[in-house]
Amino acid sequence: MTDQPNFVEIRHAQKSFGTLEVLKDISLSVERGQIVGIIGSSGSGKSTLLRAINDLDPLTGGEVWLDGVQVNQTLSHRQYEKHINQMRQQVGMVFQHFNLFPHMTARENVTMAPKMLKGLSQGEADKLAQEQLDKVGMLERIDYYPSQLSGGQKQRVAIARALAMQPKLMLFDEATSALDPELVDEVNQVMRKLAEEHMTMIIVTHEMDFAASVCDRVLFMDQGVVVEEGPPSILFKNPTQPRTREFLRKHLEAAM
Amino acid sequence: MGLDFSVIPKYLDIILLGCAWTIGITLAAAILSFVGGIFFAVTALYAPWLIRQPFRLIEWLFMGTPLLLQLFLIYFGLVQIGIDLPAFVAGIIGLGLHFSVYNSELIQTAILSVDKGQMEAARTLGLSRTEALRKVVVPQAVRAVIPPIGNNMIALLKDSALVSVIGVSELTLSAQRAIGATYRPFEFYLLAAACYYVINLAMEWMQRKIERRISISR
Repeated sequence: MTDQPNFVEIRHAQKSFGTLEVLKDISLSVERGQIVGIIGSSGSGKSTLLRAINDLDPLTGGEVWLDGVQVNQTLSHRQYEKHINQMRQQVGMVFQHFNLFPHMTARENVTMAPKMLKGLSQGEADKLAQEQLDKVGMLERIDYYPSQLSGGQKQRVAIARALAMQPKLMLFDEATSALDPELVDEVNQVMRKLAEEHMTMIIVTHEMDFAASVCDRVLFMDQGVVVEEGPPSILFKNPTQPRTREFLRKHLEAAM
Repeated sequence: MGLDFSVIPKYLDIILLGCAWTIGITLAAAILSFVGGIFFAVTALYAPWLIRQPFRLIEWLFMGTPLLLQLFLIYFGLVQIGIDLPAFVAGIIGLGLHFSVYNSELIQTAILSVDKGQMEAARTLGLSRTEALRKVVVPQAVRAVIPPIGNNMIALLKDSALVSVIGVSELTLSAQRAIGATYRPFEFYLLAAACYYVINLAMEWMQRKIERRISISR
């Protein structure tokens, strides 16, 4: 590699499940502090691309770089495990179905990994939990179990859990898709707050309005390729590709 | 001659001591079978192929042969290769391993039924697979599996009577001794049955308490 990789850089990402090719030679770079949205219909490969960034779905070809280090480098099994755990600590991920740990309180969900991986004392961990849960407006529910929380509250705790590891990059995989409509906004607000703090974020979403208002750049994916990308003002208002237009039109109809 | 329970008080201390042994052996074997069950389950699911093989052999041995034979093997057999265990220890090990294998089956299913997203969430935070299993997946699996394991533990209590044959003076053997002295089998076997029943009730009560405690923390 001659050229310096960007903060997040995906080079010629390729992914197949058997004969099914879900990512076809995708390249993408994200600068520090940038917020990139990925839109597209289900099965377009957008979640797979997102999950390749922290190697949850390993690529079959291509490279992923984060802050000058290649994420999916070739190492012996043992070394790779160590390397990938190190990399994942720097990347926060938020899932569609929250994936909170049901046997732990909000506090324990937030502090488990920092205590385990960064050796925080109970006192430091408590302070961290209070800070992070306060940030997402969940401080009053610090000792609640996930089963006692609404979907929006769960997702906010899940965001706090990811933030507690002080990640350089946050990945959102349809973070509001499983929520009742009236709960979407509280989660979006937290994400907006992160955007104001210049957290680098990659957001897979079905919410065009949210993507338009918060993202610096939006990618439209279809059948494993990036069909079109650009600032939301252009991509949503004047898409150049017929496939993008088709998708946005259908989406608009569905929304109405 | 009809039933005559007046012989019982004289031998009550033997019977109660037998109860104490039965309770002790059952508890110790239950704990062993619980810890062993988790160990066998995690090994069966996640250990490399080569390491799994000896455990598969142990599992096959304990599932496919009578418990009575297993107790004989551990108590009488091992002596020949220089491992001379006290009878109650042999009993605890035999019962514990036997039920480990059954618990392992339950725990394996429970581990596999923990949502895949749990492991993923733990891994994205940077935990290794082992750490994720220990802190996230196994604790959830164990919670889900408490009720069926409770059933296994009731079976364990009943099967603990088998250790009488290697000479542990637990409840059944104590009853037999009292019968040997009095020629009153019906009275003492009925008494022993009543004792088992009471211990059984106590175990069910304990299980309910544990379940309630765990369900709060979910």
